[in-house]
Amino acid sequence: MTDDAHTAGPFIAAIDQGTTSSRCIVFDRDGRIVSVDQKEHEQIFPKPGWVEHDANEIWTNVQEVVAGAIQKAGITRDDIKAIGITNQRETTLLWDKNTGEPVHNAIVWQDTRTDTLCKELGRNVGQDRFRRETGLPLASYFAGPKARWLLDNVEGLRERAEAGDILFGTMDTWVIWNLTGGVDGGKHYTDVTNASRTMLMNLHTLEWDPKIAESIGVPLSMLPEIRSSAEVYGEVTGGPLGELLGGIPVASALGDQQAALFGQTCFAEGEAKSTYGTGTFMLMNTGDKIINSYSGLLTTVGYRIGNDAPVYALEGSIAVTGSLVQWMRDQMGLISTAAEIETLASSVEDNGGAYFVPAFSGLFAPYWRSDARGVIAGLTRYVTKAHLARAVLEATAWQTREITDAMTKDSGVELAALKVDGGMTSNNLLMQTLSDFLDAPVVRPMVAETTCLGAAYAAGLAVGFWTNTDDLRANWRRAAEWTPNMDAEKRDREYKSWLKAVERSMGWLEDSSVEE
Amino acid sequence: MARNIQSLERAAAMLRLLGGGERRLGLSDIASSLGLAKGTAHGILRTLQQEGFVEQEPASGRYQLGAELLRLGTTYLDVHELRARALVWTDDLARSSGESVHLGVLHQRGVLIVHHVFRPDDSRQVLEVGAMQPLHSTALGKVLSAFDPVAHSEVLEAERKSFTDRTISDLEGFEGVLDLTRARGYAADVEETWEGVASIAAPIHDRRRMPVGAVGVTGAVERLCRDGELRPELIAAVRDCARAVSRDLGAARF
Repeated sequence: MTDDAHTAGPFIAAIDQGTTSSRCIVFDRDGRIVSVDQKEHEQIFPKPGWVEHDANEIWTNVQEVVAGAIQKAGITRDDIKAIGITNQRETTLLWDKNTGEPVHNAIVWQDTRTDTLCKELGRNVGQDRFRRETGLPLASYFAGPKARWLLDNVEGLRERAEAGDILFGTMDTWVIWNLTGGVDGGKHYTDVTNASRTMLMNLHTLEWDPKIAESIGVPLSMLPEIRSSAEVYGEVTGGPLGELLGGIPVASALGDQQAALFGQTCFAEGEAKSTYGTGTFMLMNTGDKIINSYSGLLTTVGYRIGNDAPVYALEGSIAVTGSLVQWMRDQMGLISTAAEIETLASSVEDNGGAYFVPAFSGLFAPYWRSDARGVIAGLTRYVTKAHLARAVLEATAWQTREITDAMTKDSGVELAALKVDGGMTSNNLLMQTLSDFLDAPVVRPMVAETTCLGAAYAAGLAVGFWTNTDDLRANWRRAAEWTPNMDAEKRDREYKSWLKAVERSMGWLEDSSVEE
Repeated sequence: MARNIQSLERAAAMLRLLGGGERRLGLSDIASSLGLAKGTAHGILRTLQQEGFVEQEPASGRYQLGAELLRLGTTYLDVHELRARALVWTDDLARSSGESVHLGVLHQRGVLIVHHVFRPDDSRQVLEVGAMQPLHSTALGKVLSAFDPVAHSEVLEAERKSFTDRTISDLEGFEGVLDLTRARGYAADVEETWEGVASIAAPIHDRRRMPVGAVGVTGAVERLCRDGELRPELIAAVRDCARAVSRDLGAARF
């Protein structure tokens, strides 16, 4: 038995300010979890398609979960070497720097209110107007246009912003500013990964792009300073947390998917991770190369450690994966728990010829077709609900295959192995199918909380708790590995059928209704 | 023919009386229609109520069929649900013990491995999900045989093959091992299935206290044993893991 010294410390704390909740996890030197505390916050839906968060509620919760995790671990400030931050990406907040009061609820990444604005911003060029500089298409997720919307729609805000009273931030910035003192000298910083999701940062210079900021209509003066992902931004100061943890360095910030890439120790070019939740996010480390995607992927900053060169990444997202299993459970009633999908799917040898393309809200990467809708193709009288369950799992695997194909095409790097995390990794049949379809090993690490772990790793590196990324690699443990076991001809044949089914999902909505 | 047990016959009659539609009956109705004294009827009803087969409506005091009857025969724990619930705990067990972890359930007179976590040492290992292990010689199998009556009857009927000269095959010796397993709450296998390999396992119970599986660590006998004895901290870690999974499945603390 390895010694159970993780109660002795020292430790690193990581804050995960997520979409539905805020969490704090305390890790030991081996990357093992010592304690966890978590609190959900309200999802505010003022109109269809609009999603907001109360930033004051979030800051209160962050303070509570940090105090909670420290208390559960039974440790004091002397045992904590640094605090790291990871966060829901792109969610946008403006606040008054003199009072610390938000001027409006935070606009959440899922919020689509800037759809029209983004179309206008595309002018005659279209959604790729800023892609070369920012790596992103003009879409409602990203933070810059959300800030512009607030300036346009909150009365008197533009004047206050121009007078220099208003600060902009994604959730990392809000948490760092408050942790380091808020109105009393709080640091107005963001990290490169979060800045790379604003559509305002130039990927080549890692600075705000004045021309793009002007085009989008966001004054440079309210933007935070862009820092690396792993450095000491400041110390915990003031408030109840100041009493508990005053003086502890705040030493990392990473967007959640980038943090998972870091936590999975994908430090070498070509290494990739895929997180299987309700949707799926896959990121591939592309080293020092900024790869402009022609296959519908996003180009983003993976991480930057202190003054080291930045590491870039390609990102592909799939809208519907775990949520398709939930749909089978809640809407179709074919299973009573999500795990039962595997039982049902395992009762047959194959999909019986059925393919399920879950384009419930259009197709994401690599197609980006909003006119697509869901399709079940290849139905015959032979097909049973078990075949459909199999098709459901295969849909996740084929969509991953399409993203990896796009990554290979854009980067020229063949995927050596895929590191996976997230809830669906408990599905053995899915993981085997994934390995079969990718024709590559699929590996699950022993720590499931890769997002928080990534933030802890970055903070620990910044304060010398860990010496270098090799230390972190040494912490990584393989919990399971699935190796491909599928005839190549069969794989190619079925991939062709899948692509045919995808084709049939496109163009379902008429042009006029797409605009809605 | 053996004499039937009267109170069970009466209990069955009560269940039939309450069955068939949305029937709710008071104590007097039940007692009189079965020709029983009220006290006798009440005693039987109270027992049925404790087992969940009968429920009493709080307002009227009338009796109706209980939810437990609906669960009989219709539910079993899905093994994939079991794996999903066990995931974090088994990862933690592998991490703290430094050994590989297996989760097994009874299947066709053997132990079916439904979850496997690698030994955390970066060595090449092959996923053993779907493999079968014998019931009578492995720690997982002994736990299932000791706690699950179905496994018990199956292992008694099956041929108990000797894999090594330590395998316990004779009936009396084997039953002794199961008694010990029940008393201690865990089972061990020190080179009884594979030379050089030892394992320790403990039972997982669901919310109805039913044994639904077994979880354990497996590794080189040199690492699992010290001075010829299984290391107590490993036994504690395995039992902690089994308890944590059971709690996650809704079993009461024990």
